[in-house]
Amino acid sequence: MIDALKNIIETEQKTGKPFWQIVQEDSCTENAVDPEESFEAMRATLKAMTDSVADYDAGRTSASGLVGGEGAKIEKRRKAGKLICGDLMGRVMEIALKVGESNACMRRIVAAPTAGSCGVVPAVLIAVAEQAGFTEDDLVKALYVAGGIGGVIGERAFLAGAAGGCQAEIGAASAMAAGALTSLYGGDAAAIANAAALALKGLLGLSCDPVAGLVEVPCVKRNALGAVNAVISADMTLAGVKSQIPPDEVIDAMRTIGKNMDPDIKETGIGGLAGTETGKAISQKIKL
Amino acid sequence: MNVMDVIGPVMVGPSSSHTAGAVRIGKVSRRLLGENVAAAHIGLYGSFLATGRGHGTDKALIAGLLGMDVDDMGIPDAFDIARTIGLDFDFYEADLGDDAHPNSAKLELTGVNDKRLEIVASSIGGGRIVIQELDHLTANFSGDYPTLIVHNLDQPGHVSEVTSMLAHKLVNIATMQLYRSGRGGHAVMVLECDQEVPAGALTWLKKLEGVEKVTYLSLLEDIADDRIQTNRQGGTHD
Repeated sequence: MIDALKNIIETEQKTGKPFWQIVQEDSCTENAVDPEESFEAMRATLKAMTDSVADYDAGRTSASGLVGGEGAKIEKRRKAGKLICGDLMGRVMEIALKVGESNACMRRIVAAPTAGSCGVVPAVLIAVAEQAGFTEDDLVKALYVAGGIGGVIGERAFLAGAAGGCQAEIGAASAMAAGALTSLYGGDAAAIANAAALALKGLLGLSCDPVAGLVEVPCVKRNALGAVNAVISADMTLAGVKSQIPPDEVIDAMRTIGKNMDPDIKETGIGGLAGTETGKAISQKIKL
Repeated sequence: MNVMDVIGPVMVGPSSSHTAGAVRIGKVSRRLLGENVAAAHIGLYGSFLATGRGHGTDKALIAGLLGMDVDDMGIPDAFDIARTIGLDFDFYEADLGDDAHPNSAKLELTGVNDKRLEIVASSIGGGRIVIQELDHLTANFSGDYPTLIVHNLDQPGHVSEVTSMLAHKLVNIATMQLYRSGRGGHAVMVLECDQEVPAGALTWLKKLEGVEKVTYLSLLEDIADDRIQTNRQGGTHD
């Protein structure tokens, strides 16, 4: 697997191949898979993502009762034209919450990169596709971009809250979505990497402190944060705003921060929000 | 890492380790048993015990024992499906010791034709698992390869018999591990293979003197639990 975004940028400059194809070819070589077969498998994954949005039901609640109906509230206010952030950002927020909720309610989702962060990538891609009219093939290519960024983060750092905190889940998902979105709007490999860097920088240090150890509070709402952060990171990039720290070094910083993070806030359900008075009370109630 | 593992798997939530991993433990255990499960006595340990209920770990394990995959929408209904077809199950708090992985379960299974198997397995993240023990002997394999497990008396020659047979059948060994309870006691060899081991070869192995038990994990045939077909057509889930 490619272990530096810099390598993808250099390969693009040498060969003229786009980011998504460099990722696809690397994956196909490593796993001895035919490129067309790989593309169709990714298309099936996109379909599973789209289905996970359509499957949403506001009437469901999670096993603990802590999660359910949030996405529908945003949808209602968005359709009434009342959201401060406008329709596109509203739709991004809405999808992120809906998919995150569905995950908590034991529905079928696509882990991207993890189940806890499954709302970020579909929120950004689907909301933008609805408004800007991208084709299915465009979105499949964007998923390769997202996967390539996630792969580099996994190689250089980690993609698990238990290993590096929420920055390694929502942070990684947001970087993946920012790069994917930048590619849809014609950004080259350097721009894609820049957007990923901006998104990840904004979420460095984020702890994994779920109440009662469940993928519910604050995980579902952090999907909305990660998705919205991806959109602004892509917009900043496309406007020419540069990350002063190179993308690979930002990922390395995430690794260092994750290594130094207290175990209490790495998916143990002990510290942070889980350790608050209310968090502990909820945990007690659920266990009985 | 594969790009399809970063954007994936497609799975039923909420957790790749506590839900998808638990389904895989159940599914691999069922395949190792080699027949439909009649009864399952399951101990949960560590984080599986502490947060398992909220993550649906218990339902996920039963779903796997019923032969479901990680993306099966029947996972949340696994208890009801199991009860309908008469799969008896119960859960208890297991103490697997301080060295055990925090996401671990111990499964004591009885098959419909009375086969028995005891398995200790762990979910190690991202839906990946490790089978740690089989019938009280160390095992340590992932379930990602066709896997041959041979329990034998600790005598000279058994490793050679098994590896010669695999060579003869053109089966390449990916990894191989040997364990024993003590010198001259019970031994186990675990062989992860690149190809499937033919059924005839397994039968031959079972008849060898000094070989006590042969367990095989096939990735080819999906031994779907025929008892649940009627139930599923009834529309209990998508």
